[in-house]
Amino acid sequence: MSGPSKFVPRHPALKWFEARLPIIGLMYDSFVSYPTPRNLNFLWTFGAILSFLLIIQIVTGVVLVMHYTPNVDLAFNSVEHLMRDVNYGWLLRYLHSNGAAMFFFAVYIHMFRGMYYGSYKEPREVLWIIGVIIYLLMMATGFLGYVLPWGQMSYWAATVITNLFSAIPIFGETIVTWLWGGYSVGNPTLTRFFSLHYLLPFVIVAFVVLHVWALHVVGQNNPAGVEPKSDQDTVPFTPYATLKDLFWFVAFMLIYMWFTFYVPNYLGHADNYIPANPSVTPAHIVPEWYYLPFYAILRAIPDKLMGVIALFASIIVLAFLPWLDTSKVKSGRYRPLFKVFFWIFVADCLLLGWLGAKPAEGGYLIATRILTAWYFLHFIVVLPVIGLMEKPLPLPESITADALAKHGAKKKVIAATVAALAVLVGLSTSTRTAQAAGETPKPPQLTWSFSGPFGTFDRAQLQRGFQVYKEVCAACHGLSLLSFRNLAEPGGPGFTTAQAAAVAAEAKVKDGPNDQGEMFERPGRLADRFPSPYPNAQAAAFAFNGAAPPDLSVIAKARTYERGFPTFVFDIFTQYQEAGVDYITALLTGYEDTPADFKLPDGSNYNKYFPGHAIAMPPPLADGVVTYADGSPQTTAQYAKDVSAFLMWAAEPHLEARKRLGFQVMIFLLVLTGLMYFTYEKVWHDVKHPPEETPGQGTKTTRA
Amino acid sequence: MTNPSLRAEPTRRDFLFIATGAVGAIGVAATMVPLIAQMNPDASTIAAGAPIEVDLTPIAEGQIIKVTWRGKPIFISHRTKQEIEQAQSVKLSALPDPQSDQDRVKAGHDQWLVVIGICTHLGCIPISKSGEYNGWFCPCHGSVYDTSGRIRQGPAPANLPLPPYRFVSDTKIEIG
Ligand code: FES
Repeated sequence: MSGPSKFVPRHPALKWFEARLPIIGLMYDSFVSYPTPRNLNFLWTFGAILSFLLIIQIVTGVVLVMHYTPNVDLAFNSVEHLMRDVNYGWLLRYLHSNGAAMFFFAVYIHMFRGMYYGSYKEPREVLWIIGVIIYLLMMATGFLGYVLPWGQMSYWAATVITNLFSAIPIFGETIVTWLWGGYSVGNPTLTRFFSLHYLLPFVIVAFVVLHVWALHVVGQNNPAGVEPKSDQDTVPFTPYATLKDLFWFVAFMLIYMWFTFYVPNYLGHADNYIPANPSVTPAHIVPEWYYLPFYAILRAIPDKLMGVIALFASIIVLAFLPWLDTSKVKSGRYRPLFKVFFWIFVADCLLLGWLGAKPAEGGYLIATRILTAWYFLHFIVVLPVIGLMEKPLPLPESITADALAKHGAKKKVIAATVAALAVLVGLSTSTRTAQAAGETPKPPQLTWSFSGPFGTFDRAQLQRGFQVYKEVCAACHGLSLLSFRNLAEPGGPGFTTAQAAAVAAEAKVKDGPNDQGEMFERPGRLADRFPSPYPNAQAAAFAFNGAAPPDLSVIAKARTYERGFPTFVFDIFTQYQEAGVDYITALLTGYEDTPADFKLPDGSNYNKYFPGHAIAMPPPLADGVVTYADGSPQTTAQYAKDVSAFLMWAAEPHLEARKRLGFQVMIFLLVLTGLMYFTYEKVWHDVKHPPEETPGQGTKTTRA
Repeated sequence: MTNPSLRAEPTRRDFLFIATGAVGAIGVAATMVPLIAQMNPDASTIAAGAPIEVDLTPIAEGQIIKVTWRGKPIFISHRTKQEIEQAQSVKLSALPDPQSDQDRVKAGHDQWLVVIGICTHLGCIPISKSGEYNGWFCPCHGSVYDTSGRIRQGPAPANLPLPPYRFVSDTKIEIG
């Protein structure tokens, strides 16, 4: 992007155009001829991965907006409409929500890479600071987007985060009211968040352009931390870096797609499948995982204003990194002392993240405070001091010398990674059985036909489950997001259209106004949604002493239980997504006599699995209350399992399609990753094994 | 590229590149499918477009009512004797889009004309019982339709289209 272009147009039309707008030359210089150090490792592909992820987020986001309604009464349902009715809507939404998580995952690797290899040092200070700005913008965008589905977590995240500004002395309240556009988080808040969530990604794009521009002026850093000295030290961006970036991007997509297709709700919170309720705060309110370390820092400080200042300082301090690190050596590889402290810092951040999700009390709080203190000490004391006292190892004399010498180190890294993974997997399998007996017992993990990568619903079970719902649950619980036609749709209970129409006709649906301006009741049709048993939420609450029976449409995704460490890590690999149904089954069968030492409040019932044990719902099921036509056992346990399976389908009607498509995508990506790998190896062959290094025919025949 | 191993086996190398490129291109193309499909009518819209029933009893002779099916206005005209005669007596050769009145109504139900009330020019809704032919007149660019909903004058190229419908009984039709 600097100096005269290396692009020489040949075609006269191109020449004419280039003389007027040299954009092709700009592209050529930036992405084709641009020299990149030949010794970059895979960590340097995360910049490209992030660019692709940004594009994916923008494209899926633009599409989601076509179906989303920014209104407090309609937002939640419009997202569910997207998930249920819009063609591939579920896919696009899961891509977007998991894409956000992947974006942060990738940016953290990108940032830690920059820290380890000293990519912020002269002359890359501005490049680094632009990066910090992009990170801040990402955090804002992620937060704003999380509010839009208008679930419980959305609402309370909006409340808590905006309230951070109330810590500002004197003007705090005014600023918060201004942010809300009202006296509490409400419709004006939602609409402005929506607007800004659409705007900020494009601001990010602008800063990414600046980031890349600055990068192309100063050139890339590299694992050796020495600047290129000769042409030999670099290779042209295309095809070398392009192919490497693409290969690693496709490999990264495997992880991204695993989450999207197999554990799409793993990174979210069950509570966000409960519509926003301004009068009830969820018991455990935690931000998305990528904010957890900062959330921990906020909670570590016992003073409101100081907590908020610490939170922002922990991010802003990154911008001063180029001046806090006093060492002249860039790469951590040649700094024995720094290396140790770097990994301590990484562990500090991870632990803070873990603590951010824990209740702020007792030992957790003390640990959080120590780690918070260390976080700041690392920047303010450790980095400046070790830079002055440490004796660095000798630097390689050039990038080429480094590139041709480091094969041993690479093997060591791979071995360490494999060992770490093995330990992790081993740890999770061994502790799976050793769950501590807590206050509330964990629901037993049942086998479900729809679990795992090839899971499908058991049609007969769904039909029985629907029967249980209709004959028992429907008296109190609505299923308002479902339409009668869903019963006959593929991937569901497999009723015929005629059967579904008959179910619909039994229901009374409110319609109107008619020509006389009056509302009237008529028999339901396939296109109608299941009518609610109550005219409104107040009526439902009134009928049940204030405890309105929740709607069951997404209940299987809105309920979960604490999985514990390290089981929750293992769940990613086993694709455990059945916490909701396990919990519901356990709850329906968990009624017991009240233990003598338990004081049960009036009007409630004792349930082993219900958090707090006192549940308003009386035991709904009993052996024999529903008569099955297919000879299945007519027991409470069987009813509970069947209705849970039915509710899983109700919450995730495209589960089968998701897993089916997921398998195809995974196979495709594996093939593409393999092909990309061989193409990449082929193209890089001459660079990695220069002819003068491997003379004679011997090596060539072994590689052929 | 002086490496002899690369020159010695050009086909293998080329095949690898082409295969990788092709598989990548397939991936990009497949990605377009959901992005395009999501703009088609969604399941709830399709379900809401199911057939509707209309009771004809309240429609007096000479009256035209408008019902909505799939978001489109449907004109149901209970034609008078005179209107039917007018429609039937026209010479087909005089029509820009020749179609007999019999082809535009259901046999035995000459008095009922059911048309989609959207001008075939550019989609405006014509005004009933107006225009030179006493049928419909489109205010947008002046297309004139007769009592059978056929185009007689103006820029519209075709007659008002007929929706799919059937008589459930003598006094009830199902549109769709
Ligand atoms: S739209 Fe009716 S005349 Fe043009």
